[in-house]
Amino acid sequence: MRRRPFFLTFLVPSILIAVIFLAALGNVLQYSFRAFIPGSLDVGGFTLENFSRLAKPIYFWVLVDTFVISLATAVFTLLLSYPVAYALVRTRSNGLRTLLVVLSITPLFTGEIVRTYAWMLVLGSDGFLNTMLRSWGLITRPIPLMYTELGVIIALVQFSMPVMIILLATAISHIDRDYEKAAANLGAAPAKVFWTVTLPLSMPGIVSGTVVIFAWTMSAFSTPQLIGGGKVLMISNLVYLQGLSSFNFPFAAVLSLIALLAAIGSLAAMRPFTLRLERKAALH
Amino acid sequence: MLRKTIFWLVVALILVYMTIPAAVVLMTSVSPSELLEFPPSGFSLRWYGRALGYDDFQAAFVNGLIVTAIASTTALLIGSGFAYLVDRYRFPGRGALEGILASPLIIPHFTTGLGFLLLGSRLGLAQSYVLVAAAHVMLVLPFVTRSVYVSLRNLDPNLERSAANLGASPWRVLRRVTMPLMVPGMVGGWIVAAILSFTEFTASLYVTAYRTQTLPVAMYTYIREYTDPTIAAISALLILVTIVVVILADRFLGLRRILSIDRS
Repeated sequence: MRRRPFFLTFLVPSILIAVIFLAALGNVLQYSFRAFIPGSLDVGGFTLENFSRLAKPIYFWVLVDTFVISLATAVFTLLLSYPVAYALVRTRSNGLRTLLVVLSITPLFTGEIVRTYAWMLVLGSDGFLNTMLRSWGLITRPIPLMYTELGVIIALVQFSMPVMIILLATAISHIDRDYEKAAANLGAAPAKVFWTVTLPLSMPGIVSGTVVIFAWTMSAFSTPQLIGGGKVLMISNLVYLQGLSSFNFPFAAVLSLIALLAAIGSLAAMRPFTLRLERKAALH
Repeated sequence: MLRKTIFWLVVALILVYMTIPAAVVLMTSVSPSELLEFPPSGFSLRWYGRALGYDDFQAAFVNGLIVTAIASTTALLIGSGFAYLVDRYRFPGRGALEGILASPLIIPHFTTGLGFLLLGSRLGLAQSYVLVAAAHVMLVLPFVTRSVYVSLRNLDPNLERSAANLGASPWRVLRRVTMPLMVPGMVGGWIVAAILSFTEFTASLYVTAYRTQTLPVAMYTYIREYTDPTIAAISALLILVTIVVVILADRFLGLRRILSIDRS
């Protein structure tokens, strides 16, 4: 038997934190089956009523909205991130690359409140965008962007771009340039090289990026909360309303579970697809 | 040539979209007016004064530092140990443990927050730093583990073997050979963990009480009550600090290498 130094020393804390986390999630699961007693923080006996409440149209439409907003965010994030990731990997100037890294990665680390507040300043009816458009004479009345799905999506896309750029840049930087050179030598125009060689080879990054952003956006909270302002509701806002405003923890727990399953489900659904792409990319 | 110009023009426009919010925050933070005005009618630091002097923000800043210090350091210790196990050993349940400890990446923060809130109130920890820190440890752990794991993977096992062959005890090998080589991964992971913990909002909203609220939670409360640019001043400070940290991390730790987007 080979000696295993530090095995238990390192294992025990890891197991401990995993157990604490499972206990926390277990509480969510357990609360979702308990009866809500209005006006009380205690919960009643076991029931399935919390789940049947989901069938009400108002809750159903929140789920649909969450799905639509997440999908739109994922697609637009992909479209805007690809050129930046491409530029980041392919530029020959070191200074430019550092600039691109800093500009595209920094938003990731400023935190969601700072980012959301910043977009409130930009999107409001007296905000930066409307003021500028009005002073240029392009509009006479402010475009409503706050409290609209469009405004929420505009902000969510910008938040999601750093992660998408990282994933795309990783994929693009792993493409063997010889394939592109070969295509070019065989007479393909630069655009054709891009569409038939570079883009297909960056598919793993494109797929995993889109899925990750979709799953991420499904659980976005502060943007729909502050920019949506109650007019745009996603699951997260409903959980907050039910849990921290109405103290209906059982129903909040049900909604949290739904969000959790949706996130895991969308990742799992994409799994065979990503695997096939990875294998394909490996064959090349 | 034209194609290239158009491409860079598109990239520049996208970057403008990405940076406009930060630029508008900086602009607003030095505006003398209580109402939004673009461009600002003058230059004033009054909102910085108000932000730094506001009691709730001072308390929340200190709370944030306490929680961040506890959470990122705990996550560093647990995560480094776990990364070492995953890199070196096969044991039953390894995959399951790996999955559980990486799952906060995909589990919505409000689900995690609600879970810790329910668990915490059951254990009588509802008003404590312990509860906030525990939730944060879990949320930042995957980043630390990942970062340390990458630096362990890149480590030459022969260095450890020769130290052991020369008679060093396992503890001595770990302390004198392995740990020093893990330092970049540990520092990188710790910095990312600290930033994420300090700026975490959604889960914090659930697990903090007024007494333990962190800076983002206090900022959120302020935004809902007031419309003056005080938050712009705090945000501007946070953005500037973040830019400095990102540049330093890129310079000294090779952020691009950690994110593996460098060409080599």
